[in-house]
Amino acid sequence: MLRFLIRRILGAMAVLFAISVLVFLIFNVVPATNPAARIAGKNATPQLIKNVEEEWGFDKALPEQYWTQMKLIFTGKVESFQSHINVDKRIAEGIPATASLCIGAAIIWLSFGFLFGYLSAVRAGGWLDRGLTVLALVGVSMPVFWLASLLLYYFTYKIEIFPASGYEPLSDPGKWLSHLILPWISLAVLFAGFYSRVLRSSMLDVMNEDYVRTARAKGLSQRRVMTKHVLRNSLIPVITLFGLDFGVLIGGGAIVTETLFNIEGVGLFTAEALQTQDFPSIMTVTLFGAFFIVLFNILVDIAYAYLDPRIRLGTSTA
Amino acid sequence: MSPESEKQGTEAPVPNGTGASGAGSGIESDGARVVDADAGDGRQTGGPWAIAWRRLRRNKFALFALGVFLLIVICCLLAPVWANNVADTGPNTTHTLEKLHEGDEVKEVVEPSGKSIGPQWFAAGGKFFLGADGHLGRDEMVRLLYGGRSSLFIGIVAAVITTILAIVFALLSGFYGGWTDTVISRFMDVIWAFPVVLLSLALGIVLAVGGLQIGPLHLKGSSLWIPTLIIGFVYTPYMARPLRGEILALREKEFIEAAVAQGAGPARIMFLEILPNLMSTIIVFFTLNIANNMLLEAVLSYLGAGVQPPSSSWGTMISEGFTALYSQPLLTIIPGTAILLTVLSVNVFGDGLRDALDPKSKVRFEARSGTADTEAIGPV
Repeated sequence: MLRFLIRRILGAMAVLFAISVLVFLIFNVVPATNPAARIAGKNATPQLIKNVEEEWGFDKALPEQYWTQMKLIFTGKVESFQSHINVDKRIAEGIPATASLCIGAAIIWLSFGFLFGYLSAVRAGGWLDRGLTVLALVGVSMPVFWLASLLLYYFTYKIEIFPASGYEPLSDPGKWLSHLILPWISLAVLFAGFYSRVLRSSMLDVMNEDYVRTARAKGLSQRRVMTKHVLRNSLIPVITLFGLDFGVLIGGGAIVTETLFNIEGVGLFTAEALQTQDFPSIMTVTLFGAFFIVLFNILVDIAYAYLDPRIRLGTSTA
Repeated sequence: MSPESEKQGTEAPVPNGTGASGAGSGIESDGARVVDADAGDGRQTGGPWAIAWRRLRRNKFALFALGVFLLIVICCLLAPVWANNVADTGPNTTHTLEKLHEGDEVKEVVEPSGKSIGPQWFAAGGKFFLGADGHLGRDEMVRLLYGGRSSLFIGIVAAVITTILAIVFALLSGFYGGWTDTVISRFMDVIWAFPVVLLSLALGIVLAVGGLQIGPLHLKGSSLWIPTLIIGFVYTPYMARPLRGEILALREKEFIEAAVAQGAGPARIMFLEILPNLMSTIIVFFTLNIANNMLLEAVLSYLGAGVQPPSSSWGTMISEGFTALYSQPLLTIIPGTAILLTVLSVNVFGDGLRDALDPKSKVRFEARSGTADTEAIGPV
């Protein structure tokens, strides 16, 4: 276990390093535009651009620029090119909003995903299964921002049940809830559809296993067979997906949802940073997001070992 | 012996009666002795592809979805016909100050308030069939058809790019192993740990500003190829990883050993022995990939990093419509419905294909071997 953890953590650090280099290269080597010229604004004199270059250190060699940048990020001193605000602080301020959005949505999509997936598998081939399949496929085929637009139009404008947008802190639970219900739904629909499909196919696979037949032959009730024997062993694919998806979202991956509902979380900050090509912010949010993805990858592997004792961590090659 | 016969040979049940067990079904018969387990009536002719086709043919729902998809493709291909003969306008032609004559009635295309005309259906002979798109007064139907061409082009071509890249990477890393495998797999890990939307947005924004230079080939920032290449690239690991896993399993099979013993070189083994065995997986992935690509295109265009104006795609149309969401919701609803219908039809057909090609659900989620998420999920 300890060896496994050390190996995975070293691997994760290597991946994070590679990602930081990749982002650095994307924004410093590929673009035809000069970052100094962007900061100096339109109509800047060559002298002004040169001053900006010196001030921000764009005239230094690339590895040196990279090193300075990373030092700033990890000492919490990194500043946005555009607004000169502290990026680390801005991300920290966004975490409560992002976490509220993701955790709530996750609860919804897991509940519906499990319910629909379970019912589909138990009634495989029947009308209920077909109906739920169509529903799930519609869910995964919908552009999230389109669904969000429709929700906004019908539930904040046509019938004004919910406030239009923004995020309210948890200190006022009523307001917090009413501002988050629509974002939760629009984020959860896609995942609920997908998870119910995954659980269904995974359960159908398990239902053909010999030990399920054995359990039936022993005279266990259908419900007991389905929950104790089939469901538990079908969980692995769902857990894997959940770990990866939740890691992406909590690290600021809900860019579209946060933008549309104007939730001031990490995702909205990411979108703003990308649109203004604010390199220090992009670099920081990317590392922040990648950190969670890598972290949840490791957590998923550990969860495997608990769910299925046949998987031993030492030999896992994930 | 072809790879197919080997693969099928391991799972072929005993033929039961009617027909093909006799004449012409020797060892070299290309897998013909496989019983279609689902057929129920004991028919047992044809190779694995014929069996898959029979299964697919029985799935009316999937065939209907394929029909819908082809219909949408044909409509979009015929965009110029509608534009020139019915609507008499181009996708980017503005009609801000024009008036529309319907019988005795005269309507303004764009009212002074900026609100544009709603759907006219055939009242004006097909002009402004779905209305006009906001204050510029462009014909929504014409834009929808032309936008569909961009969206479909990106969806399909990006899927081709992903498939080719994934096959090459998976073959190299799965077949050669060792250093090649380590380098490719680690590179894939890095892309994998990068949120899809974030990576494609970053690339999209940077390349939309500066364009892309590949050798002598220069792509302008507004080129459709830029979002296409980006989308094709970012989804590659999601396809390459499971393919690599399958190759690792196939490499240990006897027919590969037999090929090596016959003196076959690496190229022959990879393309003639391994690749045909991956075809069913590849076809399913390819189909479902189209659906995901179209959703990602919509998100990128919506956030300004995909298709660049004045070209339209369904994503850019939703984005433009969203600015007038509360006064003219139809401008958001129409292109969104187009995406939903197209992606849904692809997903339903892909689902049917998977069942037909792979009743043993090999393509499904290979979580037990530690590589779940064989399908990437759409962007959120």
